[in-house]
Amino acid sequence: MTATNSSEYKGIWVFAEQRDGVIANVTFELLGKCREFADKLGQKLSAVLIGENLEDTAHELIYFGADEVILADSPVFSKYRTNPYTDILVELVNEYKPSMIIYGATSVGRDLAPRVAARLKTGLTADCLDLEVDDNGLLIQTKPSYGGNIMCKIICPNHRPQMTTVRPKVFPMPARDSSRTGEIVRKKVNIKEEDIPVKIIETAKEESKGPKIEEADVIVAGGRGLETKENLKLIKELADVLGGTIGVTRPLVDEGWLPPYYQIGQSGKTVKPKLIITCGISGAVQFTVGMQSADVIVAIDKNPDAPIFNVATYGIVGRVEEIVPELIKKFKAMLNK
Amino acid sequence: MNIIVCVKQVPDTMDVKIDPVTKNLIREGIEGVINPFDKNAIEEAVKIKDEYGGKVTAISMGPPQFKESLKEALAMGVDEAILISDRAFAGADTLATSYVLAEAIKKIGNYDLIFCGKHAVDADTGQVGPEIAERLGIPQITFVKSLKLENDAVVAERLLEDAVEKVTVKLPAVITTTKELNEPRYPSPIKIMKAARKEIPIWSASELNADPEQIGLKGSPTQVVDIFTPEKTTEVEMIQGTAEEIANTLFEKLREKKVL
Ligand SMILES: Cc1cc2nc3c(=O)[nH]c(=O)nc-3n(C[C@H](O)[C@H](O)[C@H](O)COP(=O)(O)OP(=O)(O)OC[C@H]3O[C@@H](n4cnc5c(N)ncnc54)[C@H](O)[C@@H]3O)c2cc1C
Ligand SMILES: Nc1ncnc2c1ncn2[C@@H]1O[C@H](COP(=O)(O)O)[C@@H](O)[C@H]1O
Repeated sequence: MTATNSSEYKGIWVFAEQRDGVIANVTFELLGKCREFADKLGQKLSAVLIGENLEDTAHELIYFGADEVILADSPVFSKYRTNPYTDILVELVNEYKPSMIIYGATSVGRDLAPRVAARLKTGLTADCLDLEVDDNGLLIQTKPSYGGNIMCKIICPNHRPQMTTVRPKVFPMPARDSSRTGEIVRKKVNIKEEDIPVKIIETAKEESKGPKIEEADVIVAGGRGLETKENLKLIKELADVLGGTIGVTRPLVDEGWLPPYYQIGQSGKTVKPKLIITCGISGAVQFTVGMQSADVIVAIDKNPDAPIFNVATYGIVGRVEEIVPELIKKFKAMLNK
Repeated sequence: MNIIVCVKQVPDTMDVKIDPVTKNLIREGIEGVINPFDKNAIEEAVKIKDEYGGKVTAISMGPPQFKESLKEALAMGVDEAILISDRAFAGADTLATSYVLAEAIKKIGNYDLIFCGKHAVDADTGQVGPEIAERLGIPQITFVKSLKLENDAVVAERLLEDAVEKVTVKLPAVITTTKELNEPRYPSPIKIMKAARKEIPIWSASELNADPEQIGLKGSPTQVVDIFTPEKTTEVEMIQGTAEEIANTLFEKLREKKVL
């Protein structure tokens, strides 16, 4: 394939994901990381914001590190849909020629980015866990393969823009600075509703009690070592005492004990709580890849050789039904709950 | 209803190692199986055909051993299977893969639905489905957990992070499947035997009239520059004693770490 003339492409773009005007946290995380790249390379950091009625929202992106917000505001963008978002983004790329575009590896990012990549005939790396940039502005993308057993570093040397989707929660949330200023560039939109093939009939929120698992500070996670569905109550009680939420391994979701919403790991959620307590979880990489960046990991497992102890901060060899009730008792007493 | 299913073969275990010297995957003794989400794709395609009539074709791009997975697809009820195989395809990233699959789909022609898995569990990209849709210039519905046909349109539920979105689109369209969509069938021994005897044509680059610039390494903008096994970074501290002692010690430790 003919290479793109890389020198024509400058600037770092973050695709700003929003739903109903609320920016996804991953967008801020990406702005934080890309701010470093922009400073290192001496290039501009732009957030591309597509949606409806987003004038106020746009400023938030500047407070979190963007130099500029490119805003495409129109009723046709009120909810994310593949075709109109691809059309406008590709139009913007052809107009401004950015060197890289970074997306969150969310259902939106993973639907949109490949479509854009195929139209622009450029490279795309999925679900990255780390990004670096060299002095020449080449993006070095680290992604897991084989369920996290193997890591690959991937580059896109001859085509622009360089594109990647990055897992939520792998980069820290930057500080919000409301004294930052920047430009908002408004893009005229010519897309008509009647030309959009997909229609959304309805969106049903899966309501969960307690904090969102991706955002929880404390998670008590259960695996097959819980042995019975009844014992979910045990970890729920410990989570309540700690003001946290519960999560589970895939076998429990496969068993139908809880909906997929609660699954942590490669094919579930990535979480980054301050504290996670794993109860009867062996620690397969497909699980640990989704939680290993927690600040403190406490592992409870009856098998002293369980691989979970390789990632844990504190390890407890014992049976869940003996240890957890004791933890509930102690923490309840000390935390006055 | 003419349906095409894209089937990829993946190792049956994700517990793969890399040779520290050559940096290649150690493949000995690892068998190939159909990518789990592609089984959901096959199941859905066959179910739709059983209800509405028509034909299901499974296609796979890969080395000759991918035939095994196509045989399994045939045993599951697919009518026809085509292996797209050529040394010139080697080293393809998702963009080059989607080019070849899209060219094959065009050659088959006359399609109403194209199914892909939501992602393949080896490289875990999930890009090939949407890239095929773009190359064919038709809509995509990703992460589908339920599907219904209504006249010339399809109504699908998409599984998002914390919501289910119901959408509709006119055919043709590309659908990517989740494991929530259905329970893939186990083929009967008779079907397996019949499938084993069925001819699987092989299409090469020249049969597809493929542009040499868009296939294999040449057609792949991305390059893998390093591959490694992630290393562990922490040393665990074991807490011992009776359950009560453990609870006390843990509480103190967590207080020190300021997480409580
Ligand atoms: C492509 C792919 C993707 C995957 N994605 C995910 C994913 O996203 N998330 C995920 O979790 N898994 C995923 N898996 C599955 C993963 O490989 C493991 O099978 C799974 O994480 C194991 O779950 P577990 O630890 O609950 O069960 P097990 O591995 O069975 O471990 C149970 C543990 O409990 C201990 N135990 C038993 N009884 C007790 C007791 N009474 N008290 C204390 N300890 C006890 C045992 O010693 C054991 O260590 C994936 C697999 C593949 C191939
Ligand atoms: N080589 C291939 N041959 C056939 N189908 C493929 C191939 N690679 C990917 N696919 C299809 O695209 C889906 C997503 O794959 P991937 O983008 O590699 O994660 C798979 O579930 C398959 O349906």
